[in-house]
Amino acid sequence: MSVIVYTENWDGKFKKFTFELASYASGLAEKLGMEVTAVSIGKVEDDELKKLGNYGIRRVLKAENGAVDQFDTKIYSKIIADAAEKENAELIVMANNNAGKAVAPRLSVRLKAGIASAVTDLPESTSPFVIKKRVFSGSAIASIELKTGKKILTLAQNSFDLSENPGDLSIENIEVEGYSSQVEVREVEKQSGKLLLTDAEIVVSGGRGMKSPDNWAPIEELASLLGGATACSRPVSDEGWRPHEEHTGQTGKIIAPNLYFAIGISGATQHLAGISASKIIVAINNDKDAPIFDAAQYGIVGDASKVLPKLLEALRESKSA
Amino acid sequence: MNILVCISQVPDTTTKVKFTENNTKLDTAGIQWVINPWDELSLTRALEIKEDASSGVSKVSVAHVGPAANEATIRKALAIGADDAYRVDTDARDAYQVAAQLAELVKSESFDVILCGIESSDYNGSNVGGMLAEHLDYTSVSGISHLELREGKAIVTREIDGGKESLGVPLPFVGIVQKGIAKEPRIAAMRGIMMARKKPIQVVGASDTGLLTEVKEFEPPKPRPACKFVDPENPAELIELLQNEAKVI
Ligand SMILES: Cc1cc2nc3c(=O)[nH]c(=O)nc-3n(C[C@H](O)[C@H](O)[C@H](O)COP(=O)(O)OP(=O)(O)OC[C@H]3O[C@@H](n4cnc5c(N)ncnc54)[C@H](O)[C@@H]3O)c2cc1C
Ligand SMILES: Nc1ncnc2c1ncn2[C@@H]1O[C@H](COP(=O)(O)O)[C@@H](O)[C@H]1O
Repeated sequence: MSVIVYTENWDGKFKKFTFELASYASGLAEKLGMEVTAVSIGKVEDDELKKLGNYGIRRVLKAENGAVDQFDTKIYSKIIADAAEKENAELIVMANNNAGKAVAPRLSVRLKAGIASAVTDLPESTSPFVIKKRVFSGSAIASIELKTGKKILTLAQNSFDLSENPGDLSIENIEVEGYSSQVEVREVEKQSGKLLLTDAEIVVSGGRGMKSPDNWAPIEELASLLGGATACSRPVSDEGWRPHEEHTGQTGKIIAPNLYFAIGISGATQHLAGISASKIIVAINNDKDAPIFDAAQYGIVGDASKVLPKLLEALRESKSA
Repeated sequence: MNILVCISQVPDTTTKVKFTENNTKLDTAGIQWVINPWDELSLTRALEIKEDASSGVSKVSVAHVGPAANEATIRKALAIGADDAYRVDTDARDAYQVAAQLAELVKSESFDVILCGIESSDYNGSNVGGMLAEHLDYTSVSGISHLELREGKAIVTREIDGGKESLGVPLPFVGIVQKGIAKEPRIAAMRGIMMARKKPIQVVGASDTGLLTEVKEFEPPKPRPACKFVDPENPAELIELLQNEAKVI
């Protein structure tokens, strides 16, 4: 019996989330007294694969020939399922992100393995296998039992701390042949080098209280001084004040940064659904009764157009000190 | 061509969720049920596609796995404009079971495009669409923010990290939709509500598929400590707190 973790790559590189997954999978394997093996699909240099060894992974199976360059849910789930069968895996761990959400359910049917998605912690008990997850868009937590022999867990980003556990790592090739995708890629639009909202540890978000798209400069400056990303509430993206990728909430991105600034955002349940797992929330709002203050750890009651310049000034000073 | 939109019903997002029977069951008293927001949007998009004669779509159906009590939600979908509906007559208990029931239904009928939402806002599973595709051995594309049907295939835009891509997908396929698929959900007009009364809901018997998961217990989220207020005239204090107390910057 073993634990398998699917370590997705981005143009051949891993990111912090990959190491969170590796840490989680090795923690799980330790809890269960099992071995842990990573599965990597697509071209990743050995030097990059070796980084997994810092987080408890001792073995990597890599599949990197032609047909796997293009992400196809059918093919990827077959490769991971085959690896899981071969390794006699009891647990399969992957990311609760675009790719993981697309692949994990297919894998579940293929292996008849129960899924708990967007988990943030190790299981409560392993026999029976019970694990907690957020439900009703964050307004409750459910304990879910996975009743099957094989089980799949998808991990929420920025929810599990890295745990260093360096050691040697062996790399083996797995042959994947005879797959060809029926999906034709027509066009790809990608901004490289930009910090993704889902990867950012600090997020500065503005709502309708910012009044106009012309008032976003202080939000952008705050994000850039803190090395974070910008976000917004839904009406702001609906109005076209900000791009759609920035919208957080139940119908937008669900994120859990270390620090989330909600500026001129009232704190509607649908907004909180996307951000309430943030470690620290700071609210700036001129209405002291705004519900956002119930979710925030720190608050400033005031007009954002007056508070932000002072906040930026103080931040610049503290940076230069 | 026919489109099937899979709909789940969820408590209205502003409902305060409560639990009964020692926190093992959702307390349904007073809950206002709505069509899962994503499913409302995919239905809207399916109807827009049908109205464009060049798409070749002649029928938009909806499918729901749930008891007779949920027919009010199905009627809402018919009032918005779906042509007909299927209800698989069993309680939805886990994603695997729901997907297996939907797969049986799809096999016995003929659909070219099957749409599911990226997640139900109750259990936030994100599972049924992909599971359904695997049961059927169909191609699936997840995270679709735009859909068109042209020349016998689907042209979809899919969100990827840091951007988007446009894909051509042969039919039949399962599309799992998210933000962008339609701008605003369509609302049922009076005429639609009248017409919905006459539209058929075909009730289909359930097969025994078993469950892979079971919810054991619910609990409220951990309460957050009370908010600490900082003087708006002195935001330096906030920086100080974030640096030395919260240690996040
Ligand atoms: C099905 C459904 C899904 C939804 N999904 C989402 C979602 O994913 N994300 C989302 O965000 N919303 C979502 N919504 C909308 C949500 O209900 C709220 O309408 C929305 O979050 C409000 O955005 P807001 O806080 O920017 O604006 P408002 O609610 O208008 O709040 C503006 C705030 O700014 C404050 N303010 C005004 N002037 C100033 C000033 N000068 N300085 C400081 N503060 C000021 C006000 O006091 C107020 O609190 C959804 C709604 C539905 C029905
Ligand atoms: N009981 C159900 N009946 C029909 N479709 C469903 C049901 N439950 C979920 N779905 C579909 O699956 C999608 C994702 O749901 P979930 O996997 O539960 O998050 C929903 O948006 C629906 O399209």
